[in-house]
Amino acid sequence: MQRRGFLGSLLAGALAPGLGWADAGSPAYLAAAENPDGLHELHGLSLSGESLFALPLPARGHAATAHPTRALAVGFARRPGHFALVIDCALGREVARLTPPDGIQFNGHGAFSSDGSTLYTSEQRADTSEGQLGLWETNGWQRIHEIPTHGIGPHDIRRLPYSDDLLVANGGIATDPTDRTKLNTASMRPNLARITPEGALVNLAELPVELAQNSLRHLALLPDGRAACAMQWEGDSAETPPLLVLWQDGQLRMCPVPATEAFGMQNYAGSIAASAGRIALTSPKGGVVQVFGQNGEFLQTLHRPDACGVAAAPGGFTLTDGHGVLSRLTENLVPLRQAPVKWDNHLIAIG
Amino acid sequence: MLKLSIFIIALASPADADVASAVQGHILPGLDRFATATADLAALDTCDPAPLRANWNAAADAWQGVAHLRLGPVEDEGRVLAITFWPDPKGIGARQTAAVLAAEDPQILAPERLKDQSVALRGLTGMERLLFPAAPLQSDYACALTHALADDLARIAMETRAGWETGFADTLLHPGPGQRYLSDLEAKQALLTALITGIEFNADARIGRPLGDFDKPRPERAEARASGRSARNLMLSLIALRDFASHLAEAPKTAAALDRAANQAQTLDLAGLNDPQLWLKADILRQNIKAAKDTAMAEIAPALGVGIGFNAADGD
Repeated sequence: MQRRGFLGSLLAGALAPGLGWADAGSPAYLAAAENPDGLHELHGLSLSGESLFALPLPARGHAATAHPTRALAVGFARRPGHFALVIDCALGREVARLTPPDGIQFNGHGAFSSDGSTLYTSEQRADTSEGQLGLWETNGWQRIHEIPTHGIGPHDIRRLPYSDDLLVANGGIATDPTDRTKLNTASMRPNLARITPEGALVNLAELPVELAQNSLRHLALLPDGRAACAMQWEGDSAETPPLLVLWQDGQLRMCPVPATEAFGMQNYAGSIAASAGRIALTSPKGGVVQVFGQNGEFLQTLHRPDACGVAAAPGGFTLTDGHGVLSRLTENLVPLRQAPVKWDNHLIAIG
Repeated sequence: MLKLSIFIIALASPADADVASAVQGHILPGLDRFATATADLAALDTCDPAPLRANWNAAADAWQGVAHLRLGPVEDEGRVLAITFWPDPKGIGARQTAAVLAAEDPQILAPERLKDQSVALRGLTGMERLLFPAAPLQSDYACALTHALADDLARIAMETRAGWETGFADTLLHPGPGQRYLSDLEAKQALLTALITGIEFNADARIGRPLGDFDKPRPERAEARASGRSARNLMLSLIALRDFASHLAEAPKTAAALDRAANQAQTLDLAGLNDPQLWLKADILRQNIKAAKDTAMAEIAPALGVGIGFNAADGD
């Protein structure tokens, strides 16, 4: 804190690019939270869950993304979002505050290009929910332009390995221009779109028509170039469709669970991560985590109330929940720490 | 560097009267009634449908007393679905029953085999198709399957009761390190969620599914239509939820709202929703149950000091 005061605003801009993640205490994770005063923060967490820094957010956050080399994180507002905060995690200060152009909303997620020179923000047009990615240069944080996502209501985005292409989960849900009211759940058609940084569509994967009400929302990259996507079912609540789908070069493969495990997730996967040959899906609505093998075979269901954030950890996963608990999932689920906050939807691994 | 005071999870606070009252006054007695009723059903060795139906009805009555408790032992091994498989929009249960009756394989009737059969075949809903068939079933096999399903149901009810008595009741009453619930608040939130979800199920599924639209009611979707229990299940569930709510907290408004809804449910024929008058009555009851849910949230959540989960309620 003293450092922050000493440097002042003038120096921050000049010094920030030189500071790496080690200068920020090498946090392993980023997570948004609500503190006991009802205020919202973005935390940097160590592997064991110690909070290394906490910076204020103007309103409730959702996800975040970390710059590949510089100690910069971008915290995104909860949908419909009107801010993205660029934070220098070494200096403990806000570097820039991004706001979407008129008529555009941020959708809670974003990603950096591999060299870190461009930030992509998941966005939609407020009036039509048509998806686009905002492109921002990361020195002066000016908006460059935007490219279409080829779908409605995009949510999570990831940069694919060995390329600068992006995988976008177009959730398919059109929402009211002013809130989150869903307008089209009967006719929605979500997709996973692979697009180039210039906006060209490389391939587009759609669900079979009987599963079209399964909103494709959150992504995890697998080490071999495939991706896993967690879904949220907007169809008949009496059905329990798969909530995990694997993506490979534009092809989708559904990963069902045994009938005895089907209702635990309450048809809702809130977050997803891949680690140590496994894939974990969280359901705060069901208070469970379901673990799959890397080919989508169901392995186990574990309980943790209001669990949502999940990210890779050595040998397994780290989980965060709305009770402020951070847990480690290897073979079992072991709570490590509890903080007086409510951890928000996502836990983002750095690096 | 900014620091947030973070502490290692401390020892849990002592058992709470709200949770204790719900467990001892509502949950355990309800599970005991269900275990007893299903044991009585399994004890019959007649093929005469009259006593079988009577005891099946008693078991179904007892189930409504605890059906909203979808946490704990019923979550394991698919038990809750193996007790009752509804809604079943694709008619999976009916197809499975028909296939098993056609195959007449005596081997699957053995307890060890039956418990690995599909949850859609078994339980109260599976037995309903055998005891209240559209066309009479007179085969010895149908009777043997009925008995086998009754034994299976009684086993599940007994395991559920035992699971609560020897473990899950303590899990709720004594939260702390190494437990599924780390604090009183987590245990309270689990029970509040069960209450709210249970109330919503009555509005959205039990009424909402057969209600359809005014122009296109779907009475064929009513729960337990064959046995004529659609309204009775609804009414008994609302009475049980009222009892649950009253054990969780001092909740006079919630109790009154659920009482009123249970009274209205008593005279409602969910299988007769093609009648526009009845449809409107059912829709009003659906809205009243929704309002009772809001009342419960407003009254019981603050009394317990918890809400629905931060992330569970967010939905994104």
